[in-house]
Amino acid sequence: MAADGKWLYAVAERVAVPNTPLAEIGGVSGRGVRTIMAAGLTAVAGDVALAEFGEQALRRNLEDLDWLEAAARAHHQVIDAVARQGPVVPMRLATIYSGDAQIAAMLSEQAADFRAALGRISGRTEWGVKAYANRQAEVRDDSAVTAAPSGPGTGAGAAYLRRRRDQLTAQKNARQETLASAEEIHAELSRYAAETRLHPPQALQLTGSMAPMILNAAYLLDDARHEGFAAAVTALAGQHPGLRLELTGPWPPYSFAGTGEEGGRR
Amino acid sequence: MNSPREVEPVLVPTAVTRPRSQRRPAVHAERIALVDLLDRVLAGGVVVSGELTLSIADVDMVRVSLRALVTSVSALAQASDDEAVPGR
Repeated sequence: MAADGKWLYAVAERVAVPNTPLAEIGGVSGRGVRTIMAAGLTAVAGDVALAEFGEQALRRNLEDLDWLEAAARAHHQVIDAVARQGPVVPMRLATIYSGDAQIAAMLSEQAADFRAALGRISGRTEWGVKAYANRQAEVRDDSAVTAAPSGPGTGAGAAYLRRRRDQLTAQKNARQETLASAEEIHAELSRYAAETRLHPPQALQLTGSMAPMILNAAYLLDDARHEGFAAAVTALAGQHPGLRLELTGPWPPYSFAGTGEEGGRR
Repeated sequence: MNSPREVEPVLVPTAVTRPRSQRRPAVHAERIALVDLLDRVLAGGVVVSGELTLSIADVDMVRVSLRALVTSVSALAQASDDEAVPGR
């Protein structure tokens, strides 16, 4: 009858959680959220039915976009509520234990790591900056070329090839220019950050944008620095008209509370 | 379809400048773009080892989920958007 698992949302310092209005939050299963204390730390967890959240069911459910979205939002809601009260280490989505005792044991075993992580993120929040490349120039070039080769003869063919080569060169230059801009922006913004992390750029179908994303960065900022950071984003947007910048945040420190593994590819 | 090319950064309304005490979680959560959230909850967050009931390798799980997401979203968007996807 071990039909329940324990979904783990976050770990915080013991003192940080009591003011959090967890009673109003249903969590991923809608069955509520509670705390488990051990080693001076507090784990925020909730019961979930293994029929829905067990390994086999999860594999299936994670392929279901609606299910995934609901779970991601519910997971975030709990973490965000705890983050309002103090430093919090968010857990990756779908971290599920067999029982409270196992969570308590994990807290005790890894207490030093959690304390170190909580110390690093204390008084800091995560902010995201995404940069999209403006591709208007390339689109115009494409239409010019496809309309070009009409007449027969070597002259027209050579002219076409030359135009095509010029166009490819122009595209390559434009791409290198936007990449250089993105690097410059990231370098400048990194000066404000205690830590940075590069996420892979989001695919075009996911962003709903016509412009490809070329930078998807996260910055861990001291609370006192985020106004200066936001002003820097605005200033950089003015200096790089070939890019559109988007600032998101504040986030709980998802990208920085982790294991030190780097997720960025660029 | 055709959005103006903005120079100003878009400040996504996730209670960017309000103090912590004034933010309301439900509203905050609703406004967050799903892709941004999935970047964080699937690829970020702490991965603990221990007596998990699950043995899904975290990397595999992210891959599974994002593949699902790309598939679902591109199926929905097929009719309206035929732009090529650059390699990631």
